[in-house]
Amino acid sequence: MNQDQKKISLTNRSKVVSNKKMTLMERFYLPAIFKGMSITASHFFKREVTIQYPEVKRPFSDIYRGLHVLKLDDEGRERCTACGLCALACPAESITMIAAERKEDERNLYREEKYASMYEINMLRCIFCGDCESACPKEAIFLTNRTVPSEYERADFIYGKDVLVEKKDSRIDVSKRQTPEVLAFKQDKSKSHNN
Amino acid sequence: MDIQFILYKIILIVAILLLSLMVAMYSTLAERKVAGFFQDRLGPNRAGIFGLLQPVADGLKLFMKEEFMPANADKVLYIMGPSLTMLVALLSSAVIPWGGTLIIAGREFALQVADVNIGVLYVFAVVSIGVYGIMIGGWASNNKYALMGSVRAASQMISYELAMSMSIVTIVMTTGSLSLNEIVTQQQGMHWNVFTQPIGFVVFLICAFAETNRAPFDLPECDSELIGGYHTEYSSMKLGFYLFSEYINMFISSAMIASLYFGGYDFPFMHDMGLSHNMVTLMGTAALFLKITFFGFLFMWIRWTLPRFRYDQLMRFGWKGLMPWAIANMVLTGFFYMLFKK
Amino acid sequence: MLSLYVFFFLSAVTLVSAVMVLLSKKPIHSVLYLTLTFFTLAGHYIMLNAQFLAVVHIIVYAGAIMVLFLFTVMLLNLNIEGEFQKSTVMKFVAAIAGGMIFLVLIGTLKSFDVTTVGDPSMTQIGLVKNLGKTLYSQYLMPFELSSILFLSAMVGAVMLGKKDKN
Repeated sequence: MNQDQKKISLTNRSKVVSNKKMTLMERFYLPAIFKGMSITASHFFKREVTIQYPEVKRPFSDIYRGLHVLKLDDEGRERCTACGLCALACPAESITMIAAERKEDERNLYREEKYASMYEINMLRCIFCGDCESACPKEAIFLTNRTVPSEYERADFIYGKDVLVEKKDSRIDVSKRQTPEVLAFKQDKSKSHNN
Repeated sequence: MDIQFILYKIILIVAILLLSLMVAMYSTLAERKVAGFFQDRLGPNRAGIFGLLQPVADGLKLFMKEEFMPANADKVLYIMGPSLTMLVALLSSAVIPWGGTLIIAGREFALQVADVNIGVLYVFAVVSIGVYGIMIGGWASNNKYALMGSVRAASQMISYELAMSMSIVTIVMTTGSLSLNEIVTQQQGMHWNVFTQPIGFVVFLICAFAETNRAPFDLPECDSELIGGYHTEYSSMKLGFYLFSEYINMFISSAMIASLYFGGYDFPFMHDMGLSHNMVTLMGTAALFLKITFFGFLFMWIRWTLPRFRYDQLMRFGWKGLMPWAIANMVLTGFFYMLFKK
Repeated sequence: MLSLYVFFFLSAVTLVSAVMVLLSKKPIHSVLYLTLTFFTLAGHYIMLNAQFLAVVHIIVYAGAIMVLFLFTVMLLNLNIEGEFQKSTVMKFVAAIAGGMIFLVLIGTLKSFDVTTVGDPSMTQIGLVKNLGKTLYSQYLMPFELSSILFLSAMVGAVMLGKKDKN
């Protein structure tokens, strides 16, 4: 059994525990205590890893999966067509939407004839897996490196379009997530969820 | 018993009490800082520079907290518990010689509140009644965890007190006096007891850890199994008293270790530097506090290094580990004493 | 003059707490009152200039024995409802035994000559040095005998505490 355990060890640092009888030196405890104290003493002089949070912030990765954004296209029209693929892909079933038909005078608001009149993500259910992002055929939903702030009420965690859609004058840059590889992956039908 | 003498004693008592409280206050900060450094963290650093105002903030927080008393608690004993612990913790500083003598206006004043001829025993008596605060508080809380904590405290204290007194007996044997002042005076000139009594020192040190309920002997509070032990049901400043008295005990224990084994206010080349009498005394007090600081640090160092004992290990170690060593040390000391001194 | 007031205060506290040992409803309170009694007795020793005796009294009785008492009482969780009824025979025997002790006390007090006690603050016998010298010279035999008694008690306790082989 010990042999098997050794085989599956990933770090090669695992030790086989045994209850062998202690030698006289070990039973004195003191050498072991001094050893432990020297270890802690060495840590006493090590550099502290603390980051002084409000002043110094730990940078997020460019492809960090945080708060969602519903992108607008270059002309400021919503890209989402309420196809529902994101809601389907969502393992936590946190996305829900209502589709609506675009009116003639709304051409500057929505890119295609169909749009989401209501689009909600329950942030308490969301597990930030990013499946919605990869499922979206219209490049409309992205996860960003922003975090979901804390709230006092559960209802406040259900984010609607007012929060999710990016503002026209403060666009959110997701170009880091849209590398050619990602686009190629999305176009590759053999890797699609739907076949 | 003139008025000058009484005034001096009152000043000294107040000074030592304030000093104990201040030291305990900053020990809490030191503990958190030291713990931080040992774990590659910074420790509290927001309140004041280097977190120097943190103890004040902690105290304020404790005062602001809700004063809560369990419905079925024994009301009188519940309040008595922490008060007694605090009182006893402050009592033992009376017999420790904090320095030599100061000569003010031609009169000699000793930096010791009471030079009783049973100083060591007095400390023992105070330590031995220290457990009452914990036991009463734990029982009065009417909580199973608290009761467990106080029962553990009682048996632990009694067990380790024996080995502790056994290790001190050797010092009393070589010194020939129970007075702490006498013991310190005889160690002057680097004749520190730790050189002649290494085994006794180690036994005493371990017992001091056990008596102050510090890790690895913190079984009476033991957060991870007894959710705080005897002070589980305490809140606000009553809890503060319990926590605070632990640090006072730590301070007094460090002072005792320094006085009994490390020459108290003695430091090398004390009388060879050509300083005035008062200057030497003040430097001696500084040396004593340096030693106390070191032992306080040792207390923290050990706490953040060693895991807690299991209860049966604790008892076995106390009775089967320390006791034989203490007795053997006593016999050996007697043997060598007869061999060389007579 | 001051010592007289202290004496009266200590005696009053001693008597009240000793009575309270019997009167208090909770066993824990009884134990704590008994501890208080020991403390005030230690105070009396100090007034008799016997500091060593006082401190040892506190260490041994208040510090060790009463802690064990408290320990046991806490674990037993005694309360009024759980108190078992004593039989009439028990009560009878207890009354006789108590009465005997009372008689002995009265007898001792009657034969006790108050004038033999000098001024306590003048005698130095209670100080640790004198006490040690007296114990190891004049009373060496009883002292060593009592230590053997304690040793045998210790051995007996260990024997009782040892696990049964079978």
